[in-house]
Amino acid sequence: MAVLELQGISKHFGAIQALIDVDVGLERGEVLGLMGDNGAGKSTLVKVIAGNFPPNGGEIRIDGEVAHFHRPVEAREKGIEVVYQDLALCNNLTAAANVFLGREIKRSIGPIRWLNHGAMYKRAGELFGELKSETRPRHLVRQMSGGQRQAVAIARTRLSNAKIVLMDEPTAAISVRQVAEVLDLIRRLRDSGIAVVLISHRMPDVFAVCDRVVVLRRGRKVADKAIKASSPEEVTGLITGAIHVA
Amino acid sequence: MSLETRLRSVGKEARRTQAAPVGDPVLDTHEKTIFEKLIGTQAFWVTMALLIICVVMSIREPVFATEDNFFNITRNFAFIGVMALGMTPVIITGGIDLSVGSVMGLVAIVCGLVLLKQPIPWMPDWWNDATWTHSWWMALALGLLAGVIVGLINGVLIAYVGLPPFVVTLGMLSIARAVAVVLSGNRMLYDFRPDQAPKFKIIGGGQNLGLDQLFGADFPFRLSNPFLILVVLTITLGIVLRMTGWGRHIFAIGGNEQAANLTGVPVKRVKVQAYVICSLSAALAAILSVGWSGSANNSLGQSYELLAIASAVIGGANLMGGEGGAYAAFIGSALIFVIRNSLLMAGVDSNWQGLFVGSFIILAVVLERIRGKRRE
Ligand SMILES: Nc1ncnc2c1ncn2[C@@H]1O[C@H](COP(=O)(O)OP(=O)(O)OP(=O)(O)O)[C@@H](O)[C@H]1O
Ligand SMILES: [Mg+2]
Repeated sequence: MAVLELQGISKHFGAIQALIDVDVGLERGEVLGLMGDNGAGKSTLVKVIAGNFPPNGGEIRIDGEVAHFHRPVEAREKGIEVVYQDLALCNNLTAAANVFLGREIKRSIGPIRWLNHGAMYKRAGELFGELKSETRPRHLVRQMSGGQRQAVAIARTRLSNAKIVLMDEPTAAISVRQVAEVLDLIRRLRDSGIAVVLISHRMPDVFAVCDRVVVLRRGRKVADKAIKASSPEEVTGLITGAIHVA
Repeated sequence: MSLETRLRSVGKEARRTQAAPVGDPVLDTHEKTIFEKLIGTQAFWVTMALLIICVVMSIREPVFATEDNFFNITRNFAFIGVMALGMTPVIITGGIDLSVGSVMGLVAIVCGLVLLKQPIPWMPDWWNDATWTHSWWMALALGLLAGVIVGLINGVLIAYVGLPPFVVTLGMLSIARAVAVVLSGNRMLYDFRPDQAPKFKIIGGGQNLGLDQLFGADFPFRLSNPFLILVVLTITLGIVLRMTGWGRHIFAIGGNEQAANLTGVPVKRVKVQAYVICSLSAALAAILSVGWSGSANNSLGQSYELLAIASAVIGGANLMGGEGGAYAAFIGSALIFVIRNSLLMAGVDSNWQGLFVGSFIILAVVLERIRGKRRE
């Protein structure tokens, strides 16, 4: 059964139709590439799934159950983790504080609870290590490079046992070596049965890790095919509109 | 593609290229020592300035270093210090509360009315006749409650309705003062019940938190209750900001409210709590002030909002949000009052003080800008 099923999802912002009647299904352990031109609606689709705003029409099903998310936390509780395109980081906090934001590790005596800084630094350090990133848990995000920031945003998704991980351009700002690490991570997620949605403008990345590719154009789904049955040329044509539908 | 879409994508592209490094940057493996971190803070330099002023004043004016003057300065700055502490979480979230001065006036009148000897004409007879309704603890409880109510109104309008903090609290500045004037019948209240008022007055007017009397011991020092309460609250807020999830969330909201919301920080609730704490601190300052002066005046706290905000900012809080601390508020208010005291002693007309406070706020913000630039 599909872990995630979108049926007839529509979303408009005033007069702008960001998504029109989009159907997408996602299986366990599947990596879906989501492609499209700037403004095609990719980020909007991710935000609808993640509970940032409800769709104007259509239905989201998680494991067959209809889900109505009103807040991002509700989606997270259902096992959806997101790397946002703008990364959603607080510049004035440390890397570790950002990783654990909203789910801090605490110690407690009776009703008194306080932050366990040591444990959070340690765990964040381990997560950065797994990502082969040089990010330091104690450094302020303000002082970090784009790649280090991205590592912080990705490390967040590893805190819980997610069912679905949505990555909105996770490789946009990082070095070739780190791109390879992120793609490796995606493969590891897939092997452990997690479904991944990868948004990327980088054709080689999508063809390296994805099982399927969905192309959006001006809010409409214009293609949904197995990666093996497609080619970079075809996808490029679909994105630009040179090829109408596949 | 609509123009808006195009503009948005252009913005995105710009952000993307800006964020893209070429490979990994050479890593700065040098962790800052505690001392290096310390001298990087505004609070450290304010502390230094304060010490220098104190030393200079002690040499030039023999009265400055007396026990009495120390007692008075520490007490006088405690009222503003307590408000500056309450203001700190609000400023860290990127907000502001202009209503705290008026809240002081309102709370003073509420406490005064409870303690008043004469019956209040617009209250029911059972209230005027009962004794518990005029007890010192009732004055304390209703005073604090008034603070909580104002804070809740501010917080809900800002966090849930989404109005700008500046507008909401500016409105409340006017409303709370008007209510104070109306409730008091525009009179000063001082004719208090002789059995209850002394117990209330001891809160703000007493010293050493009454511990010397409790233990029947002679303390080698003499510190006012307001100052000791300020010290306790400073330590408490310092711990809360650093060690609790709530404190962390306050900073996160100031750093990037959108991100805080996405990661599951209960942004709205935390903001309301910050405004309630801010109002509550103003209520406490009013209670201490009424206790100390022995009277309740509806003009209490006029323009104190400026002093409270200035204190927090001078100590290093950032009006743009995301930065600030308990010690910063404490030391900021201390500096303002020591300078005020010094100017008075030097014979400078007290009407000039507003000029100094104003210049200090601007200077503090300029310093913040410079520090911000250097960080980029
Ligand atoms: N919060 C919003 N308010 C108004 N319009 C929005 C909002 N978010 C997105 N849009 C609009 O919706 C459309 C789709 O935007 P979206 O961000 O989903 O594009 P995208 O495919 O992620 O593009 P990119 O590749 O540039 O990230 C655009 O026309 C955009 O202007
Ligand atoms: Mg996008």
